Amino acid sequence: MKAFLDVVFSIFWKDLLAERRTREILGTMLVFALTVILIFVFAFDLSVEMRSKAAPGVIWVTLCFAGTISLNRTMSLEKDREGFDALLLAPVDRTAIFFSKALVNWIYLLITAAILLPVYALFNNVNLFNGGIAGVVLLGTLGYILTGTLLSTLSLQLRTRDMLLPVLLFPVLIPLLLAVVRASTILLQGGIEGELSTWLLLLAGYDLIFMALGIIIFDKIIEE
Amino acid sequence: MKKTPPLLILLDVLASFALVIAFWLIMTYAPVELTMGKVQKVFYFHVAAGWTGMLGFLVATIVAILYLKTGDLKWDAASQSGVEIGMVFMALCILSGSIWARPVWNTWWTWDPRLTTALIMELVYAAYQLLRNSVDDPARKARLAAIYAIVGFTSVPLTFISIRVFRTIHPVLVASSDPSTGTFAMTSRMQVAFFSSLAAFTLLFAALFWHRFRLGRAQNKLRQRQNELDFGGEE
Repeated sequence: MKAFLDVVFSIFWKDLLAERRTREILGTMLVFALTVILIFVFAFDLSVEMRSKAAPGVIWVTLCFAGTISLNRTMSLEKDREGFDALLLAPVDRTAIFFSKALVNWIYLLITAAILLPVYALFNNVNLFNGGIAGVVLLGTLGYILTGTLLSTLSLQLRTRDMLLPVLLFPVLIPLLLAVVRASTILLQGGIEGELSTWLLLLAGYDLIFMALGIIIFDKIIEE
Repeated sequence: MKKTPPLLILLDVLASFALVIAFWLIMTYAPVELTMGKVQKVFYFHVAAGWTGMLGFLVATIVAILYLKTGDLKWDAASQSGVEIGMVFMALCILSGSIWARPVWNTWWTWDPRLTTALIMELVYAAYQLLRNSVDDPARKARLAAIYAIVGFTSVPLTFISIRVFRTIHPVLVASSDPSTGTFAMTSRMQVAFFSSLAAFTLLFAALFWHRFRLGRAQNKLRQRQNELDFGGEE
């Protein structure tokens, strides 16, 4: 187990180090996310009370779109410079590659969320801060990243490369998106207690199922 | 290519007969439903098409797992057959449902769990087809498509549950009847028509699946021959 975690963290640190030197992924994600928020505000001409009502939807759609940037980039980074072959040559458990890449993507998405939420709150004068929201963001982004890392590894091997990722990913994500948006809405605007726990249960279930699927199937995705 | 097996021809004939009989039962034997009138007859085709669509996707997923286990390209052909037939029947199910919903619910479409799940399934399998189109190497295509078929199908029940948490207006077949949603209790004559329609569609599925599967295998064989011709001299 310790050896496994060592591999996960060494690939993780390698990616973070590369990102620290280039700053290409996080920078792009953040600017893109802020642009999307801006487009939403203008497209729907959100009034004050609508801004807080629409907050969960707008924020999660934005995170979803921004997330595809890091999902595509962390994988194509390896492909471009033949890094993936090197990773595959290493005598390590390949599931460790999956978890390290998922971890990197997760951190990027969490950082984006940590900046995006206060900015949205500030611009739109709504309060988004409570412990429940943090939990929903953690669970929601985790599920997103697990599914996304799996499918971005897959789409990397297609002729069309990253073009197809959103098409493959978003339909599969719908239960997750629905759960996070509903849970966030209940937390921000109040609702039935029982419904919140149902959504959280669904979120946790989604995360568990896709983590298990990742462990079982990732080997097969990178077989060549 | 081998000649059509006699069993398949028999299956074709059986499926055709069963469809005609089911159609006759639905139109003449089953009584006209009291509140909904003649449009209720759509139900017999609608449920059968939905069942066939789900069957297609389920079969596609099971054989996708078999492909990943064995690496035999015939399972890939089977998986693609299941998806293609599933998509056609799921589309028929959505269309026939809309035709029924217009007079009964007074709308072509609602965001009900079953309707939404059916639509999302169509999207997932449309993505599956795009994925297939975007890989050239047959073994790689088969492997990636199988993985996506499994990942896609995993999310189907989750999608259904998640949308179910919103209240539904879709009639539940086996439940107490609530006329306001279009739910009704089936009489025994209706049941006869219903189950014969279900059986007829299942036979039709089996026949179509077999044909499509044979086509897929013939395509594989053709590609193999072409490769042999292209590289034959160099081996």
